[in-house]
Amino acid sequence: MGNLIFKFFNLQIRDMKLTLKIWRQDNATTKGKMVDYPIDGIEGDMSFLEMLDVLNEELVVKGEEPVEFDHDCREGICGSCSLQINGEPHGPDRLVTTCQLHMRSFNDGDTITIEPFRANAFPVVKDLIIDRSSFDRIQQAGGYVSVNTSGNTIDANATPVNKEDADDSFNAATCIGCGACVAACKNASAMLFTSAKVSQYALLPQGKIEATERVQAMVRQMDEEGFGNCSNTGACELECPKGISLENIARMNREYMSATTEG
Amino acid sequence: MSVLDSKIPEGPLADKWTKHKNDINLVNPANKRNIDIIMVGTGLAGGSAAATLAELGYNVKTFCYQDSPRRAHSIAAQGGINAAKNYQGDGDSNYRLFYDTVKGGDYRSREGNVYRLAEVSGNIIDQCVAQGVPFAREYGGLLDNRSFGGVLVSRTFYAKGQTGQQLLLGAYSAMNRQINRGKIQSFNRHEMMDLVLVDGKARGIIARDMVTGEIERHSAHAVVLASGGYGNVFFLSTNAMGSNVMAAWRAHRRGAYFANPCYTQIHPTCIPVSGDHQSKLTLMSESLRNDGRIWVPKNKEDVLAIREGKKKPTDLSEDERDYYLERRYPAFGNLVPRDVASRAAKERCDAGFGVNKTGEAVYLDFKSAIERYGKEAAFKHGHKNPSDEEVTKLGKEIIESKYGNLFQMYQKIVDQNPYETPMMIYPAVHYTMGGLWVDYNLQTTIPGCYATGEANFSDHGANRLGASALMQGLADGYFVLPYTIGDYLSKDIRTGKIPTDSTEFDAAEKDVKDRIDRLMKASGKHSVDHYHKLLGKIMWNKCGMARNATDLQSALDEIKALREDFWANVKVTGKEDTKNAELEKAGRVADFLELGELFAKDALHRNESCGGHFREEYQTEEGEALRDDEHFKYVAAWEYTGNPRDAKLHKEDLTFNNIELKTRSYK
Amino acid sequence: MGGIIKSSVARKFAMALSGLFLVFFLLQHFTINITSVISPDMFNELSHFMGTNFLVQAILQPVLIFGVVFHFIMGLTLEIQNRNARDIGYQNYNGSANSSWMSRNMIYSGIVILAFLGLHFYDFWFPELVHKYVEANPEDPTRYYEETIAKFENPVRVGLYVISFIFLMLHLLHGFASSFQSVGFNNKYSKALQGFTKAFAIIIPLGFIFIAVFHYINHL
Repeated sequence: MGNLIFKFFNLQIRDMKLTLKIWRQDNATTKGKMVDYPIDGIEGDMSFLEMLDVLNEELVVKGEEPVEFDHDCREGICGSCSLQINGEPHGPDRLVTTCQLHMRSFNDGDTITIEPFRANAFPVVKDLIIDRSSFDRIQQAGGYVSVNTSGNTIDANATPVNKEDADDSFNAATCIGCGACVAACKNASAMLFTSAKVSQYALLPQGKIEATERVQAMVRQMDEEGFGNCSNTGACELECPKGISLENIARMNREYMSATTEG
Repeated sequence: MSVLDSKIPEGPLADKWTKHKNDINLVNPANKRNIDIIMVGTGLAGGSAAATLAELGYNVKTFCYQDSPRRAHSIAAQGGINAAKNYQGDGDSNYRLFYDTVKGGDYRSREGNVYRLAEVSGNIIDQCVAQGVPFAREYGGLLDNRSFGGVLVSRTFYAKGQTGQQLLLGAYSAMNRQINRGKIQSFNRHEMMDLVLVDGKARGIIARDMVTGEIERHSAHAVVLASGGYGNVFFLSTNAMGSNVMAAWRAHRRGAYFANPCYTQIHPTCIPVSGDHQSKLTLMSESLRNDGRIWVPKNKEDVLAIREGKKKPTDLSEDERDYYLERRYPAFGNLVPRDVASRAAKERCDAGFGVNKTGEAVYLDFKSAIERYGKEAAFKHGHKNPSDEEVTKLGKEIIESKYGNLFQMYQKIVDQNPYETPMMIYPAVHYTMGGLWVDYNLQTTIPGCYATGEANFSDHGANRLGASALMQGLADGYFVLPYTIGDYLSKDIRTGKIPTDSTEFDAAEKDVKDRIDRLMKASGKHSVDHYHKLLGKIMWNKCGMARNATDLQSALDEIKALREDFWANVKVTGKEDTKNAELEKAGRVADFLELGELFAKDALHRNESCGGHFREEYQTEEGEALRDDEHFKYVAAWEYTGNPRDAKLHKEDLTFNNIELKTRSYK
Repeated sequence: MGGIIKSSVARKFAMALSGLFLVFFLLQHFTINITSVISPDMFNELSHFMGTNFLVQAILQPVLIFGVVFHFIMGLTLEIQNRNARDIGYQNYNGSANSSWMSRNMIYSGIVILAFLGLHFYDFWFPELVHKYVEANPEDPTRYYEETIAKFENPVRVGLYVISFIFLMLHLLHGFASSFQSVGFNNKYSKALQGFTKAFAIIIPLGFIFIAVFHYINHL
């Protein structure tokens, strides 16, 4: 409510006091636990990660180990940052990554829980850092077009591509591989991620040639990594910072079944 | 003759590369299997080169500090990639791309390299399309283009505001194909800590596994550094938080010359700093300058009223606004090159016309574009006398279709609606043209050590044009390095595996461990970020958009003092044998503290203004950059001698046989 | 059964197909039941046909039982697999922020429906088997209506019946639309289709509830 009043008068929200409940875990083999950290002086213009920077600076000054979290570009495109914030991947806002989430989305006095993305296929490395190499392995299984990079290909404009297909392919390709889909899914399923890559190529003439082998190989790898199954709750689509559509999963299902029946 | 041999092939400009490719030695496929290559960095330059080299048959090991090669900061490039395809039929050609790039770089780049870049640019697009990169297309199914600053043609290929992402994922997919074949071993969350030289040749690296803290030895017949630029020496930049100079700087300390460190690109359209908590700056694509008009108020009273919140920018009439780029540069207007646009913004803000609390922001206004597009759209719909509301509504829709994701990004960060009120922007450090000195083959002054992409200095001179970084990264990685490195490796076919138990590896590993030990054992007064922020302040204030001898001299001393304080008093928490972000940062900042000093030294020695390097002492009466071709038409390559300020200068004279040196004018 | 179809996508596909089949069966069942409200004679006639026709008994009925068992076992297998995909759960999980209760609790609505099927078999199917094959009673094409409405005299049973169909409604609200997505149907018609599935999911169970309550009130 306080937040609303401030917003109404277009005032800067200054100096929020918050309680952070953060998952701390030394390494992959030890058990972790939630630890409370009170924090003061948080401004609405800070990004969520800058708020964590403030906490870490305080911890370092006190001689405590700062909270480890993955982050890099801090502009929502590298896919490094993760964090389950108050029970949602990348926090309560839509179409943002954690680095784009700003503290003005919270209120003075709030308690915020911060946990790593959870899935057996995403083991915790330390604190809030997880190992998402399972995503890499899904891509390695077939997420490419097998052309040599020699440059001896046909001219870029030799094969026209229907604009709608090109746009759909692009939209699927905007996946940043952050893992929010897996984190949001009650089944820890990686179908949205996998289907986005399958779709990107399935929609382009360049990718169609290997479509059958690709979808089978990628789904096989996805299953081997121990991700759960899709039960169409739609949580992934809603939490995806890039708004990757469920249509991609439907497309992958079609591709997969037709690949399977083709043999 | 200088010790620097650029190895530019003889012959006419347009034939140099072809001739060179015909002349260099090749390695036969059976022998490639016995040769190892280390690739540090997996962005556009590193990822593309790793994929191509593995495909040729070499054994490649890639290293990146991120958890996956796909996260390299090339991914954040927004606007596009240039290529002289002339699909628009607007008169583009390899020569024109070459010309624009050399001119845009303020005549401080090598003709041979730039021409080669232009020559292979078209191939990049072919290659990427074949890989399934979803570039923007027109309704006819063919590729679309747009225009960028400093040029008069439309040669920029793009994928909305995410071109870098799509190109990087293309290179990453090519890498994945080779990882799946077992030809690339990828070491993620690994940081190169040092370069290992055996008999004067680069033969391996010491790397730290950032999860276990283990110090590892990796040997190879050649080492390629594709580790990006060093913009983070300024603390605040558009670079990723982890972007660092360690790999390049370690190579520099081992003997690779560092060229033109002072050439830094300050990008004109970034979101202004909002407070002390700021950790990084966000770019708003240059493509916005296609439609946005840049202005500040004409009168100081309005500036003050706006800062105090008594007036809104939309309250000011056209007469009360100063569209200073259009005023100063009528020919190019809002689409002048980046260095020019940045300096002009700084000039206005320094004169007291900055429009936010800190006085460091100017407006980027889309109102005219919304009106123009709205009228066009209404006309198309057959409304000859549309109402203002209708025009605004239609205009906003068009702007949204062009820049929707950027507007949304702005709104998320600033909490203001850029469709209603002008964006506030300010220049920020974006790209570093300087880097490791390389010859035509992209080899540094250490045999067997190569540098590609932003990590080298080669193609952009003193200022890079928009959409050329992606072009250079991929040109180096897909089409240049894979040829030129073979020439060197052809002499290594009988060498056999490089052992990692040699005294050279022992010594390098000990150096690395000692260094970590020193960092862990410092007195612990201040955090790493404390030092990084202080360094950033010195760099921004004294080595930033405008520099002068007095400031640069004092920067040299301040950076040295800060470095000494750092080594004595930095506080690194945690342990060295676990994941430890503080230790990682400390190692990087330690190198920035050395590079910063060399940066200032280079800027101090270059008594001229060119491109991104603007010395206040050297400007025209109108405040334009004043180049000194007589004395400074050279590449400044610095040799490490134990102390950054004592670095030894080597000059590579630049010869221009195919282009006439002129004063750059965009008026 | 989960072992035969190994890949996640194929399982999902099979789950959807069996679900769609059961939805179809539900519609058929409802059509017959509603006649009990309209015309007892017609109800008797249809019931007699279903209970004695060779094709229905020898082919459709086993297929239906297989469909139910398959849907249940596959659902359970997938649920176990899904739970195993996240051993350490969240301390704070805000599922309602991004998904419907129905979609997250298919296993529970499914188990309630399964339990109801037990009751249903106890009420109708087992007595029917006993009647026909154990006691070997002669055919009586008019007995169905009376037997059926007799079951709805007990308010507890009617209550259970109502609750079960509310769960069926919840199950269908997600499951019916979801099965189209699973078989790969997601395009410009999906929105309209979703409207239809939602309406179906509400109307059919309400109809069953109506029939039960109708007979109960009639008996009072």
